[in-house]
Amino acid sequence: MHAQPRAGAQPAATAEEVLAQYRRLVGRRIAIVAGLALACIAAFALDLVTGPSALTAMQVLGGVISPDSLTPPQAAIVWQVRLPYALIAVLVGAALSLAGAEMQTILNNPLASPFTLGVSSAASFGAALAIVSGISLPFIPVDWMVPLNAFAFAFGSVLLLQLMASRRGAGVETVVLLGIALVFAFNALVALMQFVSSQEALQQLVFWSMGSLSRATWGNVWVLGLVLLLVTPFSMLAAGRLTSLRLGEDRARSFGVDVGRLRFMALLRVSLLAATSVAFVGTIGFIGLVGPHMARLLLGEDHRFLLPASVLCGALIMSLASAASKAIVPGVLMPVGIVTAIVGVPVFLFLIFRRPERS
Amino acid sequence: MEATAVREDSLQVSHLSTGYSDRKVIQDLDLPVFRAGEVHSLVGPNAAGKSTLMRALAGLQKATGSVRLGGQELIGLSLAEHARRVTYMPQTLPQGVALSVLESLVAALRASAIGERSESHDAAERRAVAVLERVGILHLALEGLDHLSGGQRQLVSLAQALAREPRVLLLDEPISALDLHHQLRVMRLVHDLARERGMIVLMVLHDLQIAARWSDGIVMLSRGAVSATGKPAEAITPEALARVYGVQARVEHCSRGGLQIMVDDVVTADAM
Repeated sequence: MHAQPRAGAQPAATAEEVLAQYRRLVGRRIAIVAGLALACIAAFALDLVTGPSALTAMQVLGGVISPDSLTPPQAAIVWQVRLPYALIAVLVGAALSLAGAEMQTILNNPLASPFTLGVSSAASFGAALAIVSGISLPFIPVDWMVPLNAFAFAFGSVLLLQLMASRRGAGVETVVLLGIALVFAFNALVALMQFVSSQEALQQLVFWSMGSLSRATWGNVWVLGLVLLLVTPFSMLAAGRLTSLRLGEDRARSFGVDVGRLRFMALLRVSLLAATSVAFVGTIGFIGLVGPHMARLLLGEDHRFLLPASVLCGALIMSLASAASKAIVPGVLMPVGIVTAIVGVPVFLFLIFRRPERS
Repeated sequence: MEATAVREDSLQVSHLSTGYSDRKVIQDLDLPVFRAGEVHSLVGPNAAGKSTLMRALAGLQKATGSVRLGGQELIGLSLAEHARRVTYMPQTLPQGVALSVLESLVAALRASAIGERSESHDAAERRAVAVLERVGILHLALEGLDHLSGGQRQLVSLAQALAREPRVLLLDEPISALDLHHQLRVMRLVHDLARERGMIVLMVLHDLQIAARWSDGIVMLSRGAVSATGKPAEAITPEALARVYGVQARVEHCSRGGLQIMVDDVVTADAM
């Protein structure tokens, strides 16, 4: 089912033997995480060298290391197109997957993710609102209005989920159902916006809601990179408490974990990660669902390993999806959200159908 | 397991009220003093408020009144402060968790500081393995929680609570899924650990026979109030069983010192 260590132990194993076996297992997990990191780098390189222009792999990789080896137009392709795309793919994958992993644990639901609980839909609506109404705020560049509004709505939707989660008597199921309601509500609102919007705005809207990396700028890369850098250490600090939460809420609280606070802080991190990602690249579904599950299958739920592995799995899948979106139809850059959805839906179904046999 | 100094604290519960905002389950409850090293059983019919009382004592549920451990008032302490002294074992361990038995124990130990110590991973792993050995499930250490039987899960659940070496251990139906052999093993283990460590144990049990055999004291709860209390032979009487459970029963002292409870029938309305 998952990569649970089946005891190869003989019944008469001594404490020392068990400890040694356990430490070997931990060593193996560290090796798996390291392997994932290597796979990420490889996938990133693959994504980087994939593209419509007639650059060889060696030229691209050489150009990243020493930009002077390329002609100015080539350097522009590598530095202004390929690199920011490939980097934002890694960052978005990592951020959404980490957000999904934390959501699944704190809401105790394997189907939770920013996409399935309406955070992405809320961001889409925020973006749609900004595109169609063309609102602007003083001191804020116009091309940041769409992501900013998307962020505001995504953050708001997480706060709403949070409010529900912290309400007394509201079970985790309530939160999940509310999330599903949010998905439908915001999707309907986006459809309404599309219906009333002008031809030009509509085109922009459709493009946005499909989820694409092609809007990525260096500014986006820096912002998302900083958010990830800021949030991940806090996630890792909470890893032990998140693991104990898997043993049941009452049990974790009896072990001294303030579950309410843990949930609040985790949702705060989730909202930052998901809202920032969605704000820059639009709705990219299923990464937040598939990444953590892949990590869980590989490593189990000790969050010391699960969280970094989720980050890496998300980045890995996203890099591969990005490369695929450029390669499927030569010369056409397909929105990457379509690719992740095509890959994600079967995994989603697999997870749903696997559930009953567990209980 | 390293020796722990035997403590001489006692747990005193007085004027305890708890429940939900719309429904008080327990009101102004006094319990007999639980002394260090003693095992007490909380018995009573369904919906008597046993689990609610346990959760209140564990600090998981808002309560008013007084719960004093030694000189320390526990009501109003933060969860982390509470968890240094008291550990509660709920009835169930969730399904579908991809953790091994040993990992779950390490998680229990590392969740927050215990007493004065906050353990490193290495120390927590050693302590966890020692507890598994003591509970007799060392061979399951690296097995996934999801691959265990109901009884094994209950033993793991107990081991998680024991690993924290609390001063007060609250067990909610610790033997409901166990076979006869393991029921007795768990009762003996809990009894021995209470004596060794000077730990106070309070557990919810349905099996009166076992409660009588292994407890220093019985608290019989009915509709949120104490209906009978004292040593097993004092608390478990035909009158109490009729009053609290609505059954006709005989209680006999057998030659080996234990109580034998024989339930003959339910009490019919006119007999009451």
